[in-house]
Amino acid sequence: MGIGLPFLNSKPLTLTFKIPINGFSRFFEELKNGRVMATKCRGCGKLYFPPVAECGECFSSGMDWVELDGEGEVEAFTHVVVRPESFKRNPPYTLVVARLKEGVKVFAKLSNVDLAEVRVGMKVKLKTKIVGDEAIYEFTPV
Amino acid sequence: MRKVAVIGVGCSKFGVRRDVNVARLSFEAVKKAFEDANINGKNVEFLAVGSAGAGGLYEEVLPAVVVAEYCGMTGAGLTRCEAACASGSAAFFTAYMAVANGLVDLAVAVGVEKMTELETPVVMEMLGRAGYYLWEFHGFGPTFPAYYALYASAHMEKFGTREEDLALVAVKNHKYGSLNPLAHFQNRVSVDEVLASPVIAWPLKLYDCCPISDGAAAVVLASEDKLRELKVEDPVWVRGVGFSSGTANLSRRGDYVGLKASVLASRMAYRVARVEPRDVDVACVHDCFTIAEIMAYEDLGFCKKGEGGKLIREGETEIGGRIAVNVDGGLKAKGHPIGATGCAMIYELVKQLRGEAEKRERQVPLKNYVGLAHNIGGVGHYCYVTVLGR
Ligand SMILES: [Zn+2]
Repeated sequence: MGIGLPFLNSKPLTLTFKIPINGFSRFFEELKNGRVMATKCRGCGKLYFPPVAECGECFSSGMDWVELDGEGEVEAFTHVVVRPESFKRNPPYTLVVARLKEGVKVFAKLSNVDLAEVRVGMKVKLKTKIVGDEAIYEFTPV
Repeated sequence: MRKVAVIGVGCSKFGVRRDVNVARLSFEAVKKAFEDANINGKNVEFLAVGSAGAGGLYEEVLPAVVVAEYCGMTGAGLTRCEAACASGSAAFFTAYMAVANGLVDLAVAVGVEKMTELETPVVMEMLGRAGYYLWEFHGFGPTFPAYYALYASAHMEKFGTREEDLALVAVKNHKYGSLNPLAHFQNRVSVDEVLASPVIAWPLKLYDCCPISDGAAAVVLASEDKLRELKVEDPVWVRGVGFSSGTANLSRRGDYVGLKASVLASRMAYRVARVEPRDVDVACVHDCFTIAEIMAYEDLGFCKKGEGGKLIREGETEIGGRIAVNVDGGLKAKGHPIGATGCAMIYELVKQLRGEAEKRERQVPLKNYVGLAHNIGGVGHYCYVTVLGR
């Protein structure tokens, strides 16, 4: 309704949030070294991925960094065709949630895969990659 | 806790509303609700505005103050509620509690969203960011359909749910949307058309997804004292509200075949309202995507886990079936202006429970006079279930 009716353009505004990663910075450093890390609570033993600096279960701030082996099995997947603004220049991509041997689940892109092969239960492995000035992690088929 | 009644409801036309800003869109719903309740803005002691996109999807950062001023409610106690796509239910709950606790005798909830002032990829981005930006959106660019598509893939694998079953939800809801003058979509669709529509996030296709809509709905809530003063007889009562939530990170969920928040919120609502799923005559469930309605059937106890596909195939959620679901067109066809949806569900249930549904073909025959609204925020990040009765 009302296409063609008068409107005002708002003042344009570009927002870039400076997101503090203090407490997880080791995660991003290790990605550059090819390692995907989780944190394990010294208080209650819970393993966290994504990593945390404080435990919401026992409220301990003592965390140990542990490297994930990265092998896992797809629990859910989708092929994203209609992309959001900041990903619109990327070709369509496949996103999965996979459960790792260590017990944690990881949400990430699944790369180097034939779409017809992707299914729940498929074996995948995490690997790291440098894209621009950011190190990222993604799954590839085993 | 005091008894609380709904004495007035109003809903705007849903759709692409480039003809009005957020204040005028709200006014359209509030005016109808005030006329319905026979009150004016000066009578209102507390106003809760549900809107998720303030300053993000549309220009006003403080929509509650803008709406209160434009609709003559300045001076009332005021808040904005955010619970993503359940913001309208959060506002309803807030207004309900203000009356139930005895703090005020007359409160209003307004749900409103303007979603068509930005380009579609930007809207997809804003909704995709609503989860855990740092750990999920930043690296991988999920969209809202993508999140629900993850659930669809797991549900299809585990229970054999088919793309045709998902399509049947769209077919049903478009059918009822075509009978609802307020609905965004007025067209019917066929299973073949749904299956042939372009993929948005596999297995979800265009017709599996709700549209990007503008809309507003308003609800007037009153205490028993106020009912006597206004000489209201036989109102619709709030029988109970249940609520729950789910993790921000989708990767921390136990499974992807249902929303635990829906299970917990509905159990609470049934307990408080002293009803069972089989008592519900008419339900508005959160069908932002077709898979969401299938999961809602199961999570709300309308059928066993895994049998949602069968329920829609057998036509049990049509008018005349076991339980009428989304006979206003649902989010799928009525439209889903995210902050408005919760209040729009209450609007529909009140109209149904009074026997005033428009058009008449979609009036549900009432046996127990019980209606249920199930409103999800995010992907089971928030959930409110509200039971109304007469
Ligand atoms: Zn701990």
